[in-house]
Amino acid sequence: MAILVDETTRVLVQGITGREGRARAALMREYGTRLIAGCTPGRGGATVDGVPVYDTVAEAVEAHGGFDASVVYVPAPLVKDAALESIAAGVRLTVLVGDRVPVWDVMAIARAARAAGVDFLGPNTLGVLSVGKGVLGMIGGRAESARAWFKPGTMGVASRSGGMTSSTGYYLSRAGVGLSTLVHVGGDSIIGLPMPEVVTRFQADPGTEAIALFGEIGGSQEERVAELLASGAVTKPVVAYIGGRAATSGVRFSHAGAIVEGGRGTHEGKVAALRAAGAVVVDTFDELPAAAAELVRS
Amino acid sequence: MARLPESQGKRILAAAGIAVPRGEVARTPAEAQAAAERLGGAAVVKGQAWTTSRAGQGLIRFVSTPAEAEAAATAILGLSVRNFPVTEVLVEERLAIASEHYAGIILDDRRGCPVALVSSRGGSGIEEIARAHPESVAELPFDVVEGLADHAARELWRRVGVRGQAQQRLAAAVVRLAEVARRVEARAAEVNPLVVTPEGMVVALDCRITVDDAAVFRHAELGIDVARELDHPPTRLERIAWEVERDDYRGTFYFLQMREQFARGDRVVAFHGAGGGGSMMAMDALQRQGFSVANFCDTSGNPPASKVYRAARILLSQPGVDAYFGSGSGVASQEQFHSARGLVKAFLEEPLAVPAVVRLGGNGEEKAIEILQGCAAELGVPVECYGKDTPVDACAARLAELLAGFGPSPVRARPPRPAPARPYTFKSPTGEITYDHAVCASCASKACVAACVPQILELSGDGLPVLKVTAEEAARGRCTECLACEVDCRAHGGGGGRVELPIAGLDDYRRSRGME
Ligand code: SF4
Ligand code: SF4
Repeated sequence: MAILVDETTRVLVQGITGREGRARAALMREYGTRLIAGCTPGRGGATVDGVPVYDTVAEAVEAHGGFDASVVYVPAPLVKDAALESIAAGVRLTVLVGDRVPVWDVMAIARAARAAGVDFLGPNTLGVLSVGKGVLGMIGGRAESARAWFKPGTMGVASRSGGMTSSTGYYLSRAGVGLSTLVHVGGDSIIGLPMPEVVTRFQADPGTEAIALFGEIGGSQEERVAELLASGAVTKPVVAYIGGRAATSGVRFSHAGAIVEGGRGTHEGKVAALRAAGAVVVDTFDELPAAAAELVRS
Repeated sequence: MARLPESQGKRILAAAGIAVPRGEVARTPAEAQAAAERLGGAAVVKGQAWTTSRAGQGLIRFVSTPAEAEAAATAILGLSVRNFPVTEVLVEERLAIASEHYAGIILDDRRGCPVALVSSRGGSGIEEIARAHPESVAELPFDVVEGLADHAARELWRRVGVRGQAQQRLAAAVVRLAEVARRVEARAAEVNPLVVTPEGMVVALDCRITVDDAAVFRHAELGIDVARELDHPPTRLERIAWEVERDDYRGTFYFLQMREQFARGDRVVAFHGAGGGGSMMAMDALQRQGFSVANFCDTSGNPPASKVYRAARILLSQPGVDAYFGSGSGVASQEQFHSARGLVKAFLEEPLAVPAVVRLGGNGEEKAIEILQGCAAELGVPVECYGKDTPVDACAARLAELLAGFGPSPVRARPPRPAPARPYTFKSPTGEITYDHAVCASCASKACVAACVPQILELSGDGLPVLKVTAEEAARGRCTECLACEVDCRAHGGGGGRVELPIAGLDDYRRSRGME
C-alpha cells in the first residue's frame, strides 16, 4: 500500500508537449506510472512517445474515462487555468509542479478544489513517489536513480523541501529503512496538501508504519502535525528534523501573520511542540537515519 | 516579497478611496523645508526605512515650522537602519487624532485564504497589542473571489468594541483595503495606525504593503524593480543578481546579501546553495564550523549552467570573502554536471583565489565531480568536490581545514583572451558563442560536438564544428547554454570554444569595490 499514487493510478500530464512535460512524462512511465494521456491546448491529435494528446482535459476524460491524477507542467502564469481545468474535470489529485505561481492564484485553486471535493499537491512541488509503484512529478529525476536511491518499506516521508525529499529518502534507504511513499508538499506558504494532511493519510495507510518529516521554519504545518499527535488522531511514530535553526534571513514572516498563526513558525516552537507531542526530533540531519532505524526497530 | 514604499502605498490607498494625509517625499533637508512650507508649516517628518517602531529610533519627528522640518530631515537623513542609510523622508500634514486603530489583510497558510485582522487599538506593533490586549483584536477569513463583505467588516469592528459612525467608516476602510490587497496581489497590506479624526474622518497614517514576488510580472504599474523580499533596500549587487533572474524562467536564482562590511580573515564565506531546505542545512553546518555567510544564494529548479555561472560570478564579487562553499540537498534530481560546468567557467575566469568546497550530490554526480576536479590543478587554490555520500557537516569541516592551511591568496591576473582568428559565432538565449575555426582546424578531439548536451552541433565538410539547427533556433532555446562547448573544449579539445555570458553592471560594480 501507499498514499496518493500507486501502480493503479490513472494519470494525465498537462503540458506534455513542452520540454519539461515531455521529459518528466518519460521518467514517470519508466518508473511504472500508469500514464494514460496528455493535454496541451491546440495540440490535440498529436502523440508524445506514444501517449495521445488532447486539447482539453474534458476531451481526455471523454476518450479515456476519469483520471486519478493530473501532473501539470505549464509556466507559472498559466498554472491557475490548467489547475481549474483539471479540477473542473473531476481529476482527484492535481499535482502543480510549477514554481513562482502567484499566491492569489493558489487561493483561487484552493477554493475550487474545496468546492469540488478534490485535492491538489503543491505548487512548487517535486511531486510524490510510492516506492516501486509510481511517481507523479520528478522525484528522483531519472527512473534508474529513483530505483537505486529509494528502497521499499514502511516509512512514509513528508518534506517541505524538494531536494531534501530525495535526500531523506536516500539516506533512510541507505540506513536500511525502507519507504512506502515520499511526498514533497511544496515550498510555498499556501499549498494543497500540507504536512498535517499528508500525515493523516499516512495514518490511514496500512502500508505505512512510521513517518519521517523534514520540516522548516515558518508557517504552522509542523505545529499542526504536533496537534494531531497530541490529540491521538495520529498514532504512528514520527521522527522529524526541522531546518533553519541558523537562518537569519531569506525567510520572513509578517508580524500580523504571526498572530494568525498564534505565535508559531519559529524553530524552537516547532521542535518543542513536536517533542511535547511525543515525536522524536533530531538536532542535525545526519542523525535522522539512525533515529528512524531505531524507531522502526522498536 | 516586494515591499512598496510608504508614499506609494498611500497613493494606492487614496485611489481606492481611503483618506491619507497630504504629503511629499523629500531627499534633502531643503526639499523637506519646502514641503513643510506648502503644508502650512506644521508637519510630521518620517524617515523611509523598512523597520517597525520607527518612532523609537528617532525616525519620526513632529515639527511646527519649515525650519524645524529642515532640521528634522537633516537629523533623520544622517541615520542608518541595519547598516543601510536612510535616503528619503516623507513630509506630511499633522492631523488631530481622536482614536487610533489597526487594520490588516494577510494570507492564512492554514486556511488557504485571505484574512482581515483589525484592532480597536493602534500605533504600537500589532503583535504587542495582541499580547497585551487580546480582546481588542479580531480576525475573519474571507472568500478570495467574493472579497470582504460590508456586513462582515462591520461585525469585525463591533467585536472589538467599536460602535456608531466610526464602526461604519472603519468597516468601509477595511473593505477597501481588502480590495487593494486583491488588486495588487499583496501578501500583506497593513495600516497602522488607522485613525479617526475629531471630525469623524478615517485616515491611514501609515501603510505597509508587501506584494507577492510571483505576481510582480503582471503589475508593471507598481514599478517594482527588484521582486525580492529584503530587509533593506536592494544593494547594487542584489540588483545585478535580480537582472540575471528577471526574464530567465529556466530554474531559480535567488541572491540576498547578509553583510557587506567584512574583510579577509573574518571567516566570511561566499555561500552557494541549491534548494531552500538544503541551503538552510548547509548554512547551519557552516555556522557550526565558526563561519558566517556573506550572502544567501539558491540556484535550483534545474537551472542552466549559464545561470549557475552568473550566480557564482556574482557571489565571488563580494570582496573580503575567505572561501567559497557550495552545497544543496546532497541528492539532487537535477543533473549536477550542469552546475559543475557553470562553476568551472566562473572559477577559471575569476580566477578563484580562495579555497572552495562544493558538494554536488545527486544525478550525474560522478561526471560533475570529474569536471570540477579537472580545473582544480589549474587554479592553484584548493578546490574539493563531494557527492551524496559525504555529509554536509563533513564538507564544512573540510573547508575549515583547507582554510587553516591556506596562506595569503595568490594574486593572479585574469587569463588573457586572444581574439579569434576565424570566428564562427551564433547567439545563445542570453549570450554569444564563438568557435575559433583557426584553432578547431588543428583540434584532434572535436570534444564540443559529442559533449553538447542537446546535440545541436555537427562537423562541417572540412571538419569544423557548426550548428546543425538554425541560428534562430539556437538563440530561441535549442542551445540550452550547457557550456560544454567551452568547458569540455578547454579540458579535452583545443580551447577554441568560448561562451560569452554578459552580466549587466558587474564589471562596474567590481571596479567600484576595487576588485578590477
Ligand atoms: S573542442 Fe574546441 S577546439 Fe575542438 S573543435 Fe570543438 S570548439 Fe574547436
Ligand atoms: S552550443 Fe551546445 S554545447 Fe554549446 S552551450 Fe549551446 S547547448 Fe551547450
